[in-house]
Amino acid sequence: MKAVYGLYGDGQAAQQAVNRLRAVGVADRDITIHSSQPMEEFEFGHIDSKTWMWWIACGGGLLGMAAALGLSWVSEMSWPIDVGGLPIFAWWPNLIITFELTMLGAILATVITLVVAARLGRSSVLYDPAVSDGMILVGVEGAPESRLQEVETALGATPGEIKTL
Amino acid sequence: MTHPSSQRVNADLLRPLFQTSWRFYLLVTIFGGMVAFAFVSWISQAYFGFGVSGIRWPVYWGFYVTNFVFWIGISHAGTLISAILRLVDAGWRRPVTRCAEVITVFALMIGAMFPIIHLGRPWLAFWLFPYPSERLIWPNFRSPLVWDFFAINTYLTGSLLFLFLPMIPDFAVVRDKATGLRKRIYTALALGWRGTPKQWHRLETAMQIMAIGIIPVAVSVHTIVSFDFSMAPVPMWQSTIFGPYFVAGAIFSGIAGLLIAMAILRRFLHLRDYLRPVHFQNLGKLLLVMALLWGYFVFNERLVTYYGNEPSEMAVFWRTQRESFAPLYWTMVICNFVLPLVLMGIRYFRTITGCVIASLGVVVGMWLERFLIIVPSLGHKYLPYSYGIYRPQPVEIIIAIATFAAMTLLYVLFAKFVPIISIWELKASPPPSPSASARLADARPVAQGEGNL
Repeated sequence: MKAVYGLYGDGQAAQQAVNRLRAVGVADRDITIHSSQPMEEFEFGHIDSKTWMWWIACGGGLLGMAAALGLSWVSEMSWPIDVGGLPIFAWWPNLIITFELTMLGAILATVITLVVAARLGRSSVLYDPAVSDGMILVGVEGAPESRLQEVETALGATPGEIKTL
Repeated sequence: MTHPSSQRVNADLLRPLFQTSWRFYLLVTIFGGMVAFAFVSWISQAYFGFGVSGIRWPVYWGFYVTNFVFWIGISHAGTLISAILRLVDAGWRRPVTRCAEVITVFALMIGAMFPIIHLGRPWLAFWLFPYPSERLIWPNFRSPLVWDFFAINTYLTGSLLFLFLPMIPDFAVVRDKATGLRKRIYTALALGWRGTPKQWHRLETAMQIMAIGIIPVAVSVHTIVSFDFSMAPVPMWQSTIFGPYFVAGAIFSGIAGLLIAMAILRRFLHLRDYLRPVHFQNLGKLLLVMALLWGYFVFNERLVTYYGNEPSEMAVFWRTQRESFAPLYWTMVICNFVLPLVLMGIRYFRTITGCVIASLGVVVGMWLERFLIIVPSLGHKYLPYSYGIYRPQPVEIIIAIATFAAMTLLYVLFAKFVPIISIWELKASPPPSPSASARLADARPVAQGEGNL
């Protein structure tokens, strides 16, 4: 099991390398791509773009809202203070806390989803510091020995620096 | 499309992180010394008692609450402006956003200290916390001060995350360039970032969601700060216009703070190729719009009070306009309205220098505005027995000045350890126009020792 990758100077070359890997039967989930910036103008930049993040943020917001309502209700009913004859649990003043915790819930849910979905905090064998200088890495991690030559040929068909780990 | 000058962007923006000059130590010493001096002053206030400050009946809110409102206002520079520019996908925002977001976080931290500084006995701050105790004194959960707690903490948490998330890819760049201990630290901060399409997509989606969430939170924060005043039966405070008036003022002072910070960064870190005149001109136009909006709110507030002709309100009205506070009031009007109108309204003056002068004026003017909202009203309430004066004492003045030193110190330290301009966002921007490209090519290379901190 080895990792083979190519370093390409621009998105067009990286896209060609990805297409050639697909042509030799490498599935999208097995292709590793690293870049130092979002590559939205290329097809490979949209791999894995489906996400539930928006819905999870809404869910986090609802959780925050429920927590705010619960906190307001419990604290105000447990320690009631009469302020100018206003109701002990009144909607108007509690709307503010409800709003703030709703937004906080949505923000925290978004960040947690990002960490989990983007697999942050997990190490990866395949990486090259040249990516930070603007190179685009396209490779296959854990390629079986039998297919190594095929993958190397596919990556090498596009001008770029080919490396094996 | 890969940015043509990817390596140069790295070199220019990472230079302050890897090279340290005497200037950095000098700045840290000067501003750190000022902050330390203010800390000693605060300790002396705690030791000798609150009597060493000028805060006494009936004016219980003075410089400290002025600073609190002012710095919370300045915090609107960053996250709000950055979030709006992100949502509308304004291309020119890219070099500006991080400079702005940093201001938010630090200004909030400084502002949030003042409720504690304002306590005569800060070690009893826990008395404010809502927990069951033998004293049987429960906080009023419907108080605007409780709203402050939730709003400011939500905004601070959101702003910190809003600042941190787009820094992750830049931490990865520093990780790849660094060695030794520095490499280990940035490896931890980069959270294993590789730059896969999935990571980029999730990051950008997260930033979009957070931008949508943080805008109403930012607006709510200063509205709620305004509620600290407008919920109280004090002349010229109980006004329905206070919410938007405070928010407009906050954005106004925030833009001014951002312009000053950008000009300093441009000058001392040699970022002329990144923070270009167009950024100052665009923000200068925003400053002009906010100056007009501020004038509109002041006009509304003043006219309605004048027409109402309520005696206690009119007393405060005239105090500020033609009696003891008149010099401060008219300085505020000149700084917040006349100066930006002239300097930002006339294209000839809308230069970087013009922006900085106008912004300095606005910062002074907005601080005076906060002071003039608080002190004249508290010193002249409804009945003569509650009339009084406020004279700030050295401890308050020192702490007020030190907040600016603290802001500068935090900014300098941040610029030393984190790229102050988002590297990946800059790389992802469209290539510069032909004329700008030519200027970039002709730009004088930065000599050894220049542009570092």
